Amino acid sequence: MTSGRSAAALAAAVRAQERRAADVVEEALAAITAGDGELGAFLHVAAEEARAAAEAVDRAVADGRDPGPLAGVPVALKDNLCTRGMPTTCASRILDGWRPPYDATVVTRLRAAGAVIVGKTNMDEFAMGSSTENSAIRPTRNPRDSSRVPGGSSGGSAAAVAAGFVPVALGSDTGGSIRQPAAFCGTVGLKPTYGAVSRYGLVAFASSLDQIGPLTATVADAATMLEVIGGHDPADSTSIDRPAPRPALDAGADGLRVGLCRELVDGVAADVARQVRAAADALAAAGARVEEVSIPELGWCLSAYYLLAPAEASSNLARYDGVRYGLRKDGDDVAAMNVATRTAGFGPEVKRRIMLGTYALSAGYYDAYYAQGQKVRTRVIEAFDRAYRGVDLLLGATTPSTAFRLGERVDDPLAMYLSDVCTVPSNLAGHPAISVPFGTGDDGLPVGAQLLAPALEEPRLLAAAAVLEAAAR
Amino acid sequence: MSPGAPAGPASDLVGPAASDWETVVGLEVHCELKTVTKLFCGCPNSFGDEPDTNVCPVCLGLPGSLPVLNEQAVELAMRIGAALQAEVRPSTFHRKNYFYPDMPKDYQISQYDEPINVGGWLDLPDGSRVGIVRAHLEEDTGKTTHQGAGGRIHSADYALVDYNRAGVPLVEIVSEPDIRSAAQARTYAAELRAVLVATGASDGRMEEGSLRVDANVSVRRVGEQRFGTRCEIKNLNSLRSLARAVEHEAARQVAVLEAGGAVVQETRHWDEEAGRTIAMRSKEEAFDYRYFQEPDLVPLAPDAAWQERAAASIGLLPAARRHRLLALLGQDRTGAQEDQVQSVVDQGLDDFVVAAVSAGSPAPLALVRASNELAADVGAAQRLEPSSFAALCKLEASGELTATQAKAVLAELVEAGGGDPAAVARSKGFEAMSADSLAGVVAQVVEANPDEWRRYAAGDDKLAGFFTGQVMKVTGGKADGKAVAAELRGRREQQA
Ligand SMILES: [Zn+2]
Repeated sequence: MTSGRSAAALAAAVRAQERRAADVVEEALAAITAGDGELGAFLHVAAEEARAAAEAVDRAVADGRDPGPLAGVPVALKDNLCTRGMPTTCASRILDGWRPPYDATVVTRLRAAGAVIVGKTNMDEFAMGSSTENSAIRPTRNPRDSSRVPGGSSGGSAAAVAAGFVPVALGSDTGGSIRQPAAFCGTVGLKPTYGAVSRYGLVAFASSLDQIGPLTATVADAATMLEVIGGHDPADSTSIDRPAPRPALDAGADGLRVGLCRELVDGVAADVARQVRAAADALAAAGARVEEVSIPELGWCLSAYYLLAPAEASSNLARYDGVRYGLRKDGDDVAAMNVATRTAGFGPEVKRRIMLGTYALSAGYYDAYYAQGQKVRTRVIEAFDRAYRGVDLLLGATTPSTAFRLGERVDDPLAMYLSDVCTVPSNLAGHPAISVPFGTGDDGLPVGAQLLAPALEEPRLLAAAAVLEAAAR
Repeated sequence: MSPGAPAGPASDLVGPAASDWETVVGLEVHCELKTVTKLFCGCPNSFGDEPDTNVCPVCLGLPGSLPVLNEQAVELAMRIGAALQAEVRPSTFHRKNYFYPDMPKDYQISQYDEPINVGGWLDLPDGSRVGIVRAHLEEDTGKTTHQGAGGRIHSADYALVDYNRAGVPLVEIVSEPDIRSAAQARTYAAELRAVLVATGASDGRMEEGSLRVDANVSVRRVGEQRFGTRCEIKNLNSLRSLARAVEHEAARQVAVLEAGGAVVQETRHWDEEAGRTIAMRSKEEAFDYRYFQEPDLVPLAPDAAWQERAAASIGLLPAARRHRLLALLGQDRTGAQEDQVQSVVDQGLDDFVVAAVSAGSPAPLALVRASNELAADVGAAQRLEPSSFAALCKLEASGELTATQAKAVLAELVEAGGGDPAAVARSKGFEAMSADSLAGVVAQVVEANPDEWRRYAAGDDKLAGFFTGQVMKVTGGKADGKAVAAELRGRREQQA
């Protein structure tokens, strides 16, 4: 990916009338047509709507109106973001045929910034998975090596950016679903602070953990995307009442205190750990003071996550009952219809998590599971707070390994769940974190270095990410 | 007796055994708040519209939608709390998970272990006090209509769901089990209803489902300290149903216990036509609602200033309203008038009486018109301008309208939602004398009786009665006696 294809460069060219948005979108559509048959990044390509949107951008420029910071930039959206009149399936059979009557807040903001929505990307069904193999429609392949998974659950968005179909895409991150596929595909992936980006219109998986964020070719584009989609939204009660952060990318890392987090390095594959240590050296070379830190509580996160997230999911997914929208399989009475619909509509991983979550919330088990998970969450937040008294940022791996092969882990849910071990802590804490491509593993596949920051410290996070990006070149 | 068997008739209670048993009742009253919009979205909170017209992604629970709490609902909930002497506390919302087609998200957002109002009490007109456990906020469900095969739940061909009501704000008011009879249960519900109307939180229309009552009923031997096993009775949509259901359920439980059986804890449905309760589900099949804190909402903590504003904005409560009317009647009031005061306040019609008395009409007359004519259609009457009612009472009090005429005029005013009673009276041919034409008639009578006038002008007030009689004769009784006397006095002063 060259900077000439970055969103910033495209928008600049469109705003300066050096390029027509219509041409930019045709190029993107042509690339998708040529390459996506094999990759399977998209579930739906909205060619006509995209062309119309691009023309509107060109008209605005011709009329002397500024279409905004994403003027004419083709954007792909994970298929759990509601798009008015455009299919939104969460890669599930149960939402077959459903077209939302409204746009998610982030979609509205993208359109207002001049972005051109080109389509909806593949994902693990209802964002439950780490390889996009749980899509009920088809798997997505990793553009760096088509025998490998792109990661998940935002695998389609990561693949679309990595393949160069679009410079930027949106994903959602509940336990690592932006950062992990970004690491596997060699793109930048940012999970913002919980509440920094409105969730209105994001089909919920686990409401207290879900956060929308960008997958991009460059750190600068991630910053621009955050500025466009972030900021307070009265339609989301958990949205933080302050404007989107305005990152200063050239702030550098001089004087930053960076903690190399043992729990995010020690257990990962040797080739991945090697790159993470190289990233630490790069930050030190840029003037950061790097020290090793340990946060033992991070070791509890995965267990807590796999109680809390399924619990919320079991409630969030109750509404797919065949009564109002999507799939309906008839039965003798309402209950039989509910069961038939859900049996036919949900895939095995979704069913597994609904059962896990229902169990964790059940009378007699609530205290041992759900309540316990919440206590761990509180302890993890306290542990992060303690660590951040000594350092400004934490550094670690995004994933324990580079991209694994398709089919390798589909029959072993526990192995699959372990893919999230480095990313889940930020979701439990509600903190921002970013994965930046940093070198490759022994197999030549991309490695992601993960930076973590306290709540609302995205500017600091992005400035350090820009240092890593420059060092990785 | 099996759970599904009909309860015995109430007459079972009559007899020596009945006096050995005490009925224990706790009520859960669901009150739809009179907000402009729903609890978590901007849709109108309006009854009786075309099905599925007041809906949006949020109240339809569409994927991706999120709730935003309605401030006015919080305000009204705090008013209810203030009226019930409850303590407003920082509160949270939970999800109550269960599948039902009229519940769009298949969970209900409700307050659970941290409700907004905790504790309190309600004093009843009979002097008793019923404790309040809590009064919490939650959302209403849609409305299911079973179609075909008589519309019964189990035999219907299909069901239609109207989501207009989904997301309408409710406050659920839970009483302590302090109620000891069907009559007291009815009195409590009536008084609570009047309180809710007085605070502006509710329109009090039970017939439209704005107030819905569930009753927890148990019985125990007189003197026993422990409570008996209770049953929850649902579908009580009038005060009459409530009283009947409690009475029948208590009798059923007494019959079960006296036959050596045990009461099974269960939910029972009141069948109004059959006059009995029917088992719906027992505790063993009770739902596990899997409550957990609603992650899409933030904790609610109204500050002291807001709490004070809400408490200060509640109107006069029913007890004070009754007191106000009784004071207007004075010490000479009758028992019948006290009953009228109770019913007028219960129906929220007492402001009419106060307006009429302030405008100069006697309280007994205004009370009769309110408790008879206005009460005939409370819903319509509440849309009437109090000033219109006051003017009508004045016409009747002054004798310009007879009682029969006044009732006819009032009926028309209620139907029209207001208007000028004098104009309505004229249009009906009940015309009273205008001041000008009265002056003309007086002048004519004075001219025809010069001797009598001289004596009256010289100060013989007895002649006033003579002139009034003459004026009445000429006008066929349409003139107002007081107006005639005033006109005569005016003429005399002008001459002097
Ligand atoms: Zn609505």
